[in-house]
Amino acid sequence: MSKYDDLVAELAPRKFTKLGVSWTIGLAIVTLIGIAAYIDQIIKGQIVTNMRDYVLWGVYISNFVFFVAISFVGSLTAAVLRLTHKTWRTPLVRIAEIIAFAAIVLAGVTIILDMGRPDRLLNLFIHARLQSPITWDVVIITTYIAISALILYIPLLPDLAILKDKFKDNWTGIWYKRLSLKWKGSVKQWAIQKKSIKIVAILIIPVALILQTVDAWLFSTTFRIGWDSTNLGPYFIAGAFVVGVGGLISVTYVLRKVYKLEKYITELHFDKLGKMLVFACLVYLYFNISEYLLPAFTAPKAEEAHLRELFVGHYAPLFWFVTIGGLILPIILLIFPWGRKPKVLFFIAILVVITSWWKRYLIVVPALLHPFLPVQGVPESWHSYFPSMHEWAIVSGTLAAALLIITILVRYVPIIPIHRTATEMGILPNDKDEQS
Amino acid sequence: MKKSDDKSRRSFLNNGLTIGAFSIISGSLIASKLFGNDEPDEELVEVMTTEGDIIKVPASEVEEVPKKPAYNEREGFANRKFVMVVDLAKCRNALKCQDACNKHHYIVGDNAWLKVYKMQESEQTAPYWMPMMCQHCDEPACVTVCPVDATFKRRDGIVLIDNEQCIGCRFCMAACPYSTRVFNWNDPEQETALAEEEHPAEHSADHCGHPSIKGTVDKCDFCPHSIDKGELPHCVAACPNDVFLFGDAYEDTVTNGSGQSYRLSELLEEKAGYRLMEGLGTEPSVFYLPPVDRSDAFEDGLKEYREFNSVKKPEEL
Repeated sequence: MSKYDDLVAELAPRKFTKLGVSWTIGLAIVTLIGIAAYIDQIIKGQIVTNMRDYVLWGVYISNFVFFVAISFVGSLTAAVLRLTHKTWRTPLVRIAEIIAFAAIVLAGVTIILDMGRPDRLLNLFIHARLQSPITWDVVIITTYIAISALILYIPLLPDLAILKDKFKDNWTGIWYKRLSLKWKGSVKQWAIQKKSIKIVAILIIPVALILQTVDAWLFSTTFRIGWDSTNLGPYFIAGAFVVGVGGLISVTYVLRKVYKLEKYITELHFDKLGKMLVFACLVYLYFNISEYLLPAFTAPKAEEAHLRELFVGHYAPLFWFVTIGGLILPIILLIFPWGRKPKVLFFIAILVVITSWWKRYLIVVPALLHPFLPVQGVPESWHSYFPSMHEWAIVSGTLAAALLIITILVRYVPIIPIHRTATEMGILPNDKDEQS
Repeated sequence: MKKSDDKSRRSFLNNGLTIGAFSIISGSLIASKLFGNDEPDEELVEVMTTEGDIIKVPASEVEEVPKKPAYNEREGFANRKFVMVVDLAKCRNALKCQDACNKHHYIVGDNAWLKVYKMQESEQTAPYWMPMMCQHCDEPACVTVCPVDATFKRRDGIVLIDNEQCIGCRFCMAACPYSTRVFNWNDPEQETALAEEEHPAEHSADHCGHPSIKGTVDKCDFCPHSIDKGELPHCVAACPNDVFLFGDAYEDTVTNGSGQSYRLSELLEEKAGYRLMEGLGTEPSVFYLPPVDRSDAFEDGLKEYREFNSVKKPEEL
């Protein structure tokens, strides 16, 4: 039993160190600055952004697409690895689910930040029109938020019961008790939980695929050059695969380091994640070629101007940074076993996440600068776009808020499933066999 | 300007808009009159049936109805299909259309609803001036993508925006291939402009941008408020060169600012009319006549051309 106590002590949520506290305060400050900037935007109007009638969507929308993309990791690891019974997933699944939940909640918030009249949000339900891709988006994002919450919460029940006992003299104990829903670990409870997880894990796969696709269709249902492409749905799914795994590796590496979880998250896990990432990048490369190289052969003039802007024009430095840093380089480095060692992989993953964020910017902005008719009769500053200080503050606020949600969940939720790990290590009897 | 203002007062296409002033309450009453069992002690009035027969009915059975039937701004005028023709051969970028449009719609932003583009397809082809406004498509991409039914298509062909319903997502602007929609990025500050008007501004989709609302989309409305008064849209009336013609496709008639009417079908056939980006399938209600046999040199328009400005600031006026 003392082995079990050691395990619980090691895996149970721990109080923040000084570093943890300052990290949290830092994120809270950035979030608050973002909120302040948003209030100012509400008062003055979106004139405080650098969006105008031609570049009518900017960094808010690209940031939204980024959040939606990274939330894909939840379904990917949680559902796919679960359904294929990959046992190495155990220490990674909850981290993935936490990232997915934080990201999809912030995606929902971010889309509101872009609205000119957020006070009329309810019109989306009152006057909803089914043929609008935005209505599809509203439906699928709320669904995904709900399913992400469930797939995080249901497997957590046995652990909450364990924590209830561990922290019974503490205020957190009360909450663990309430949230554990009287979990006793009876055979009946295990049966219900197992069934519930299976349903949610199956459900989240089509929902996640639809989410990424609908997100792509926001763009490809318009006539815009650079968006009007049937390739966009799978292209977005592949891109979400890449950034999702990249995000998972980054967060896992940091948590492993901070909480000294080397015993549970081993080099094998990073090796597996590295292989997943290189696979994702290869698939994404295929869709990138379809998206950029193929049109270059038959491009009408307007499309050619758009591609030229990306390949050799104004956006070329960013385009090649994103393509080489986020796609080519990872593919080359991750082929070698040393490239999949934790530290190297971590830096590659960080690079992948950063380039993925800019990648969305490159999908949204340049296409808007090439309308069918020439840009005339508007101030010169409307001919180009770069986010304003307000936009940067608000976007930084959303990114900080996402990290804040992850941080708070990490503080109070065992990031590595305790009960399951105990069972797998043979510390607890495996009486419910194939429990999840 | 004075002259064109007078023109806009000219009543146009009046016949279709005027509805009979009287109606008979009961249909069965007509029957009883036609078959002649009337009671002679009541005062009788003569009315015309829909078949054109004059009949007499008791005065008490006749009631006056408002001149116009209850008009729904979301449905528009019945049995009309408004169209515009833009004769590029006559445009010399005088920009009177734009001035009038900006003035009457109280446009105070930086992007006008009506712009005259300096066009040149390639170095080998001739440059020309092309007035551009909402094309009021029959298959409007903007309406398809609107999530809240704020922008809508009426039975008379006009596409409008209800700016009290718009959530400001700007999807319609992304969807429009003609880039004619404008957004109120800040408070429109039309108070000065609106205060000069006799009538206080009331919100209505019929008067897009009257007043505009921060965080919502505006665009060319085809001036249903003018049509309602039997007048031509402001741009049509203001043009000194009769570039614009406006009318009803069902009547096959379009009228220019000088009051001359043409058969739409003949005009389009004789002058090889076309629509912009026909290949997209948006089915615009605006037709263009090619810039051939031009009376003015293209260069004449250059002195009015302002690449970075389409709304004159108060000090410029």
